[in-house]
Amino acid sequence: MKIQLRFFASLRERLGTSQESVDLPTGIATVGALRAWLRERGGAWADALAEGRAVRMACNQQMCDVAAPLSEGCEVAFFPPVTGG
Amino acid sequence: MPIRVQTEDFDLSTEVARLRAGQRQVGAVVSFVGTVRDLNEGAAVSEMELEHYPGMTEKALDDIVARAKARWDIADALVIHRVGPLRPLDQIVLVAVTSAHRGEAFAACEFIMDYLKTEAPFWKKEQTPDGARWVDARVADDRALEKWGIRSANAGGGDAAS
Repeated sequence: MKIQLRFFASLRERLGTSQESVDLPTGIATVGALRAWLRERGGAWADALAEGRAVRMACNQQMCDVAAPLSEGCEVAFFPPVTGG
Repeated sequence: MPIRVQTEDFDLSTEVARLRAGQRQVGAVVSFVGTVRDLNEGAAVSEMELEHYPGMTEKALDDIVARAKARWDIADALVIHRVGPLRPLDQIVLVAVTSAHRGEAFAACEFIMDYLKTEAPFWKKEQTPDGARWVDARVADDRALEKWGIRSANAGGGDAAS
């Protein structure tokens, strides 16, 4: 399954990338599983996306939690708590 | 329900005049303007940069206004949020709400701001004498939304000490 990844603000800086396309191995079916799979890259990925970190997630531009299901072509974003207004 | 995300400044009078033009049923206009402070968390702020998530930001603001309209009997609402570089004294955000009576407009305006603070994808980066830093989300903003019966896990959604 191919999906789009987006990263914003401090997370974007820490990971050194704002977006990428990834081809997921079978079995990665939720946003939480995706986050764990990205942690396996190690280094900044393991640290910035660690469990317990204040990371918010969106799937297809809607705030979501780790249980949100992934689908072909979906856009998943990871970012820190929001600070607008 | 107009929503705008823009780098340009805005004029409160012009925006309110446009929002209530021809709306004879409107008896109340409540507006909130957020501005850039020169001091935050004990440090002098010389400039800030507002980043957002194009596409999602507009959807989130539309959704927030729709929720306000479902909850209160308001005539219309306007949200303008600026992005890009901003300096102390600059305007950041405008929320304006019109309704027949003031109660609904006051409540809906505060609700929209409380919701925006915790659910719209904007991030502030400040320039201080010690260098640039990303602004931390405030648990107080999550609590502000809780008074409307809505739980937010923005600031309180994990180990914020990162």
